[in-house]
Amino acid sequence: MKLNQVCFRSLEFDDPASLKTYEEKVGGYKVWRKILKEKPSPEDLIEELKKSVLRGRGGAGFPTGLKWSFMPRHLDGPKYVVCNSDESEPGTFKDRDIMRYNPHQMIEGMAIASYILGATTGYNYTRGEYWEPFQACEKAVAEARAAGLLGSNILGSGVDFELHNMIGAGAYICGEETALLESLEGKKGFPRFKPPFPANFGLYGRPTIINNTESFASVPVILEKGADWFLNVGTERSGGTKIFSVSGHVNKPGNYEVPMGTPFKDLLELAGGMLDGRKLKAVIPGGSSVPVVPADIMMETNMDYESIGKAGSMLGAGSVIVMDETTDMVKILARISEFYDEESCGQCTPCREGTGWLSRTVHKVLHGQGTPADLDLLQDVSNNMMGRTICALADAAAMPVLSFIKHFRSEFDALVKK
Amino acid sequence: MSDAYLLSDELKKEIDHWVAKFPIDRKLSAVIPAMNMVQDLEQHVSEPMMDAIADYLGVPRIAVYEVGTFYTMYDLKPRGKHRIDVCTNVSCMLRGSDEIMGHLKNRLGVDVGETSKDDMFALRSVECLGSCGTAPMMQIGKDYHENLTPKKVDEILDKLKGEA
Ligand SMILES: Cc1cc2nc3c(=O)[nH]c(=O)nc-3n(C[C@H](O)[C@H](O)[C@H](O)COP(=O)(O)O)c2cc1C
Ligand code: SF4
Ligand code: FES
Repeated sequence: MKLNQVCFRSLEFDDPASLKTYEEKVGGYKVWRKILKEKPSPEDLIEELKKSVLRGRGGAGFPTGLKWSFMPRHLDGPKYVVCNSDESEPGTFKDRDIMRYNPHQMIEGMAIASYILGATTGYNYTRGEYWEPFQACEKAVAEARAAGLLGSNILGSGVDFELHNMIGAGAYICGEETALLESLEGKKGFPRFKPPFPANFGLYGRPTIINNTESFASVPVILEKGADWFLNVGTERSGGTKIFSVSGHVNKPGNYEVPMGTPFKDLLELAGGMLDGRKLKAVIPGGSSVPVVPADIMMETNMDYESIGKAGSMLGAGSVIVMDETTDMVKILARISEFYDEESCGQCTPCREGTGWLSRTVHKVLHGQGTPADLDLLQDVSNNMMGRTICALADAAAMPVLSFIKHFRSEFDALVKK
Repeated sequence: MSDAYLLSDELKKEIDHWVAKFPIDRKLSAVIPAMNMVQDLEQHVSEPMMDAIADYLGVPRIAVYEVGTFYTMYDLKPRGKHRIDVCTNVSCMLRGSDEIMGHLKNRLGVDVGETSKDDMFALRSVECLGSCGTAPMMQIGKDYHENLTPKKVDEILDKLKGEA
């Protein structure tokens, strides 16, 4: 299996984050230079992206080409390109490494997006704790600017694009795209009602394209090697490669960029197999907000959107949390529920109240003070939270609860007093 | 009256650098980076400093307070010289963050959320810091400390004590 074909292309070289490596070894900024010279029609570029079946890597998996086709490109006035490098979903640590080890490819992807959308300003928003990745991006942007690849009248093309890095200050909810835009405007990160979507009403109320770091970093490779190449690396409905952040009970946790459709068991082997040779119990395949999958199902599942969907879960951000036979599932759920309770912004009653109920009730069960009625309550509350709120955090809090109880009922039953 | 004089010239220059990244009428966008710099310099962001930032940027003070109370990286009161944030989310938990936290509590003689008697170390449990592949981990100031063991934690604390 070939590793690191797209976003981690630079990893095999010395000094992977430098402009020198990106241009001379990786062959980067080729697409950007070609666009500046030949000025291809943005429609054609969007078609190519659509054909590649690149789906958003930030969690929701929305097709990137399609999203970009919705943008009112011909509208006059400021338009923005925003990169979502907030990366706070528990279990996710891939954008951090793109920024540390291949930031120029993210920059090139954003620059290409700006050309397609007619935007002249871009922001890369990193979470507040990511000081080191932020610095790596600052260095890369400075290098690109000095080389004339960013700025005004770039390489004499008449095209302008200025890119700025921005840093947050700690808040999971700022990963939600409209909360991120609020934060970029200098406000607290409260998600906005949608519609209107950012494509029409984004940063400062202007048309804005917002995508995940890995999505942007995929774009230069797709346009360089062609949509067919990208599509063929992956599966028919999940194009390309995906970085899976593998954590938990494995011997070699870390990021692995593999073709979409790679069997989970091969990914597990890449990650060094189970820690201390213990047995696999369950996997959370896409970050802490997606349903948990029991071992036997997971071992038969491939790592792409459709297969993981069939296994009853979601690929999400590709954050694979591996748990062995010693894992206390009630304790894990309690920690997950506590997280969403902590991070709910409190704007919507079902989310604000629901996340609190879930966390308190799971903890009650964990401490042996629950009753069978509490398990029913957990499921009721979860069902009533879903699809009724401004953003998807409420669903993110509910899905783990329903799936943990469904698949590991006996562990919950054993703790509740009859 | 403007309280902007509380900001050093150096800090004002840094804030100007951030202001320049945003449209001319969108100075509020520079509040978060400005607050981050004050937090780094003074280990907390006091109300007078929030007022100073607001006045310097020409934005309502209440808008700055809102930011100050919303984001987890701001301490509105001093908490201690070195603020130790231990990730206790799922991936870290699976790799022994309980043991790391237990060790820190013992060694510092504090509970989670408290500060050591000499005001040197403040201990906190935080959410996933995007370093789950090198769990367990903690952040002190700007630095990530990864693949922790109790021994490694001791070495880190000894070094910080030595610097003091
Ligand atoms: C609660 C919540 C947290 C999110 N956190 C992130 C995040 O950290 N990074 C990210 O890229 N997308 C995150 N998203 C998804 C974004 O809202 C948005 O869908 C994404 O940035 C779109 O980019 P993509 O199409 O390239 O994935 C989050 C969504 C929700 C509801
Ligand atoms: S669903 Fe929750 S986090 Fe999202 S806007 Fe509503 S209260 Fe805030
Ligand atoms: S769970 Fe600890 S860094 Fe992600």
